[in-house]
Amino acid sequence: MGAVAVFFYVFAAVLVASAFLVISAKNPVHSVLFLILAFVNAAGLFMLLGAEFLSLILIVVYVGAVAVLFLFVVMMLDVDFAELKQGFSQYLPVGALIGLIVLIELTLVVSGFVITPVALHQAASPVAQDANNVLALGEVLYTQYFFLFQGAGFVLLTAMIGAIVLTLHHKPGLRRQNIAEQNARTREDAIDIVKVASGKGLRAAE
Amino acid sequence: MSFSFQLAHALPEAILAIGALALVLVGALGGQKKSWIVAELSMALLGAALLACLFQPKASTILFHGLFIDDAFARFMKVLALTGSLVSLLFSLEFLRVNKMDTFEFPVLILLSSLGMMMLISSNGLMSLYLGLELMSLALYVLAAFQRDNSKASEAGLKYFVLGALSSGMLLYGASLIYGFAGTVTYTGIAAAIHGTASIGIIFGLVFLMTGLAFKMSIVPFHMWTPDVYEGAPTPITAFFASAPKIAAVAVTLRVVSIAFPGIVPQWQQIVVFMSVASMALGAFAAIGQTNIKRLMAYSSIGHMGFALVGLSAGTQQGVEGVMIYMSIYLVMTLGTFAAILSMRANGQPVENISDLAGLGKANKPMAFFLAMMMLSLAGIPPLAGFFAKWYVFVAAVHAKLYLMAVLGVLASAVAAFYYLRIVKIIYFDEGGPAFDPASRTLRTVLAVAGVFVLAFWFYPAPVVQAASLAAKSLF
Repeated sequence: MGAVAVFFYVFAAVLVASAFLVISAKNPVHSVLFLILAFVNAAGLFMLLGAEFLSLILIVVYVGAVAVLFLFVVMMLDVDFAELKQGFSQYLPVGALIGLIVLIELTLVVSGFVITPVALHQAASPVAQDANNVLALGEVLYTQYFFLFQGAGFVLLTAMIGAIVLTLHHKPGLRRQNIAEQNARTREDAIDIVKVASGKGLRAAE
Repeated sequence: MSFSFQLAHALPEAILAIGALALVLVGALGGQKKSWIVAELSMALLGAALLACLFQPKASTILFHGLFIDDAFARFMKVLALTGSLVSLLFSLEFLRVNKMDTFEFPVLILLSSLGMMMLISSNGLMSLYLGLELMSLALYVLAAFQRDNSKASEAGLKYFVLGALSSGMLLYGASLIYGFAGTVTYTGIAAAIHGTASIGIIFGLVFLMTGLAFKMSIVPFHMWTPDVYEGAPTPITAFFASAPKIAAVAVTLRVVSIAFPGIVPQWQQIVVFMSVASMALGAFAAIGQTNIKRLMAYSSIGHMGFALVGLSAGTQQGVEGVMIYMSIYLVMTLGTFAAILSMRANGQPVENISDLAGLGKANKPMAFFLAMMMLSLAGIPPLAGFFAKWYVFVAAVHAKLYLMAVLGVLASAVAAFYYLRIVKIIYFDEGGPAFDPASRTLRTVLAVAGVFVLAFWFYPAPVVQAASLAAKSLF
């Protein structure tokens, strides 16, 4: 058994275990953390398969952005997960049965699935055999598909402008912190020394 | 192919793209006080892009590794779409100032949407088509909901967004099927893969692709969003919706069916014939009961898209030429009519009911005359331009032996004439309420120019007809 096989079984076992813990953990924050663990292990599996790009994207996008967003949402929303999970054991047999059926169907479909040899040779941009896939993707993305890459950039820019236009409210009279102003304050601006004559009070001194 | 050579052919796109980015910066750094500068610069950019389209090198060229095509057809449609954007932006400026909506994002969104339209018109494959369509539509969804304190505008934006996302999904599903069965996403590649007989997968993909495009053109049965969105959106934005995006959507439909699917004309012809007849009928009958003039224009635009598709269903060069002439005349009529609708303000408030037009014939003779000419032209009464628009598409349909469709179209046109003529009757023969406030010079100019075009088209149709004929040739 080579090192690759060892890594495969480690990643696969941790992936399945953490995926199970995502749905069984009592604390929703723990669920999200197990989800991150599952993502990292899946990224490891992709790396073993030689799909470096997919593996890195999984870490950068799913762990770096999506899972952190989940964490925020879970922490901000006050959802009673204990209530949601009521009847979990009651529905378990039916759920397991449906899961088993889907598994059998998937096995049947995937085992009979063949890509036509013709289609394999029709690929619009054949992958260079000697390049790793990050390099291969980069080579077509910024040359052959430069136009689409820029176009996608504009779509995202439009989405961002749209989100800001539709949701940003400028409240008048809001007092924002101005650090430069705070640092530039001197003793003279902040303190006023008043001599108070005894028995007359502050008002008279002004 | 050197980079400068590519840039010369994509100059209008480059102007809009770089200009929009620069204006976002100007707006972000200058704050909302600079919004008028951004608006004026946006108009200048649209004007510059329009000029660049007119004076581009004439040869048809494929750029960016086959993703982008610049030909006579693209230039013709881009000129139309940019004119629509430019005039709508002109309409918007005053409206936005009055309604305290003059933020710098508004003109930038119009620019980005126009950029999307140009990518769409020049698309040479399904991927460029999708990106252009999304860029165009995403900006349109935001523009529909731009008046976010107004519940009708928010509703319009949300409806448009949800249904638009659904149609994008269908379009993508169709595109993926076509890619799966043809093995390529370029139009010429798809045409080569079809060889005259298409597999069922390609036809499935074609149907879904047409569905997505029909949604953008607001063709029956994918028209449901149109009346609500037209009514809810601020009026200048409605003018924008009714003009530029329609042109881009029609342009890409023409290009897709004539370049990618010329081998299976009967397959898409039956879809187009059905959608066209259904749109003409719905546009004619559903508009009769409308009291709000923006809703009426929505149904009118559905009907007009149906008439434009009559030319496409012929599947010939003559038909495509007819559609292009139809879209040019439709653009002018729409912009002219919306200039009149924007002029309908009483006591500083916009009014939108058709009955508010009563007495206009006595109160404001020039506006009444030009608006009546617009209505008669939309109805297709000779010798106004609208008649010739219908003439060209119906002649193409008759040459393609689609007699039944031509008869149904003329009947629908006769029914539709009822509600256009009713507006003329209200303008001239009904006793009026309060007179409208004086309209701005911009609106009066646009209405007058559109009126003169509609009246004078039959004297001198050559420029439009020749340009359309030249442009249609590049698709065949």
